[in-house]
Amino acid sequence: MTRYLPAFRAITTREALRFLHQRERFLAALVRPLVWLLVFAAGFRAALGLSITPPYQTYITYETYIVPGLCGMILLFNGMQSSLSLVYDREMGSMRLLLTAPLPRWFLLFSKLCAATFIGVLQCYTFLAVAWAFDITLPPLGYLTALPALILAGLMLGALGLALSSFIKQLENFAGVMNFVIFPMFFLSSALYPLWKMAESSELLHDICAANPFTHAVELIRFALYVDIAPWPLLWTVLATLVFMALAIWGYDPARGLVRRKG
Amino acid sequence: MKLTTALATLLLMTPAYADEIWVTNEKDDTISVIDVDTLEVIKTYPTGERPRGITFSHDFSRVYICASDSDAVQVMDPATGEILHDLPSGEDPEQFVLHPDDRHLYIANEDDAITTVVDTQTRTVVAQIDVGIEPEGMAVSPDGKIAITTSETTNMAHWIDTETQQIFANSLVDSRPRHAEFVKDGTELWVSSEIGGTLSVFDRDTQAEKAKIEFKLPNIHPDRIQPVGFELSAGDEFAFVALGPANHVAVVNAATYEVEDYILVGRRVWHMAFNADKTQLFTTNGVSGDVTVIDVASRKAIKSIKVGRFPWGAALRPTN
Repeated sequence: MTRYLPAFRAITTREALRFLHQRERFLAALVRPLVWLLVFAAGFRAALGLSITPPYQTYITYETYIVPGLCGMILLFNGMQSSLSLVYDREMGSMRLLLTAPLPRWFLLFSKLCAATFIGVLQCYTFLAVAWAFDITLPPLGYLTALPALILAGLMLGALGLALSSFIKQLENFAGVMNFVIFPMFFLSSALYPLWKMAESSELLHDICAANPFTHAVELIRFALYVDIAPWPLLWTVLATLVFMALAIWGYDPARGLVRRKG
Repeated sequence: MKLTTALATLLLMTPAYADEIWVTNEKDDTISVIDVDTLEVIKTYPTGERPRGITFSHDFSRVYICASDSDAVQVMDPATGEILHDLPSGEDPEQFVLHPDDRHLYIANEDDAITTVVDTQTRTVVAQIDVGIEPEGMAVSPDGKIAITTSETTNMAHWIDTETQQIFANSLVDSRPRHAEFVKDGTELWVSSEIGGTLSVFDRDTQAEKAKIEFKLPNIHPDRIQPVGFELSAGDEFAFVALGPANHVAVVNAATYEVEDYILVGRRVWHMAFNADKTQLFTTNGVSGDVTVIDVASRKAIKSIKVGRFPWGAALRPTN
């Protein structure tokens, strides 16, 4: 146990320092969802209100609707960013140092995941504070009840990032990840439009959105922000976290993983 | 000891009645009763055809309902929901107001261009006053001396002396005036104009316009902003104005006549009623068929409650 704690601390401190030293990254992480919130949502002209769907109790503006989706977006980008840093570590050689630590591989990856999630959650709360300043408010208790949902969603998307990073050999391939993972995941979800609206245009699109784990992460956050629990999204998010984490551990396993095959 | 326990048990068993908001549903020919504590519909009562205006007698033992298409004002026992009798009302009664004497109803007869005064005790028509075309909004001053009828097509507020039952003044207002209220202890008359998109403020003594309130909502076309019903908060500090198809309720500072806020509610908001301590406001949303509950202090909509089709009028029934 004594060996675990310093390693955990070292990994999280490194991640935190990296984050603190990259102020632009923090700013970029904040600007992205704010642009969506203040420009895209304003231009969407849903000033007359969206129909009531749970967990909402009354009519809401589009700005209010997309807040949970944008929290999900922050966590998604953060998960990918963390995977990018792993690819960078691999190129720079510091990953070799990390992976040779006399600790189980899963623990090292989990420590990395926790650190990334912590930063993602921090970014989410900063975003929620800015949204609050623009009068896009939530139930006061919702800011607290959202914490476990944000952590779980952060873990799930971070685990996805870890799993993906075991596939990516070079930094340049990250653009591919952007195109093939982030965008489909974000747009084919309930982050920007309610699923019933998707069903109106295409049943197939609706089914794809409903199967997308990102949709469930967003719905989990949405319900938690309104002091409510969504059982199905919770189950889906937990399952997806386990699957992605298992994939990441397998991917980084030196004996039979993707690291060896590729590297 | 046993008696105390028995009394305590009895007290616990006695159901605690919450105040109610009564909502008329134009298309369903019903009234939905909302429990103010649980914010749920607890009862639905059938009425005559196309119920719109609704008001309670001062002791809340009777409720008057304008059943427009039945050409009657119905009197209902609020305890049982039973229609006790109809009052003679003239044709197509839409809105009415109960005089402070708790006895005379002033009813706007939209199709006949008259205002009918009915004695609710003798159930007779006391007077019929010729007014402008399509009368709609009705108000009476707190001292009971002046009654107001607004006529939608003539675009006027008619000032009626309740002693002589004669019009003594007319004030021009913007297009299609729909609702009128005396505010600030009856020193001002406020009239909303649906097509004009404004709320006019008149001085009671001179009948002259002293202010005009206009509304502007970002991303919503001005044509959709159609002020209809409105209510004043505690101490007549703020007015909450229903903006019809703009799906918003405006909050107007009654002292400065400035619009301070807009609150998103359901589709096509018509009228509204406060709870007993005026901390919550219930708006009837015609097209979406629900009632939105607004927290007055935070000026936020907290819940929308499904009622019948095309809810129109609303009134509070205190039960304590």
